[in-house]
Amino acid sequence: MNKIDSYLNFHAQALALRSRRNEVLASNIANAATPNFKARDLDFDSEIKHHIGMGPLQTTDDQHLPTQMNPVRDRMLYRDPINPSLDGNTVEMAVEQMEFSENVIRYQTTLTFLNKRISGLMSAIRGE
Amino acid sequence: MSEIRDIFDISGRAMASQLVRLNTVASNLANAGTVSGTKEEAFRALKPVFATRFSDAFQSNGVSTVDVVGIQQVSRDPERAHMPNHPEADVDGYVYRAAVDENEEMIEMVEASRQYQNNVEVVSTLRALMMRTINMGK
Repeated sequence: MNKIDSYLNFHAQALALRSRRNEVLASNIANAATPNFKARDLDFDSEIKHHIGMGPLQTTDDQHLPTQMNPVRDRMLYRDPINPSLDGNTVEMAVEQMEFSENVIRYQTTLTFLNKRISGLMSAIRGE
Repeated sequence: MSEIRDIFDISGRAMASQLVRLNTVASNLANAGTVSGTKEEAFRALKPVFATRFSDAFQSNGVSTVDVVGIQQVSRDPERAHMPNHPEADVDGYVYRAAVDENEEMIEMVEASRQYQNNVEVVSTLRALMMRTINMGK
């Protein structure tokens, strides 16, 4: 079970992180007209490094408490605006839409990788 | 207000806020050009006030959406015009035109509808992704 887990782990973590980033970007797009809203984002490359290899903590005694799957908290950064607007809002539609569509494509790519791995495992299990 | 749970809350509330904005634009345009006998009674353009609503777990998930926290009238004074034959005119023959800038309202309308469309686009894209994710491994 642990082997299957680690076989799928990277893409599972990447998929979860992409999904989180989608929600953050959707929040930016939702706040496109809110004065003083500062657009947020997370740096996928550095966050994924925190997530992989951060599985449940190995315990050596029955009385040790189990840990959460991911004790790390994503670091939310602020977007550096290209053209700051007068009302203090740093959401730029072109930037957010590009980031969003790129993130969606990368989510789909990760999903495809996961699907291929799962179907590979399935054919190994069936012995085809 | 309840907690923001998913993308449908984020974009749904943003769309509701943009609709309030479109409604104020419609009211303003409907009242543009109306006249009144006194300065106080004259119509003044309505503007919604948007404010960010952060999720309770904002520090960890970074999710937020937007709420309309109020609707304000613009501080501009209505324009005074001398029309002594107008039935609404005051003793000096003046009427007050509604304080609505049509150009401003049209721009507001275009911007609000664009941002509404953006939110629709986000929801439909992420909805399709969810459907594909549900079918994972099939």
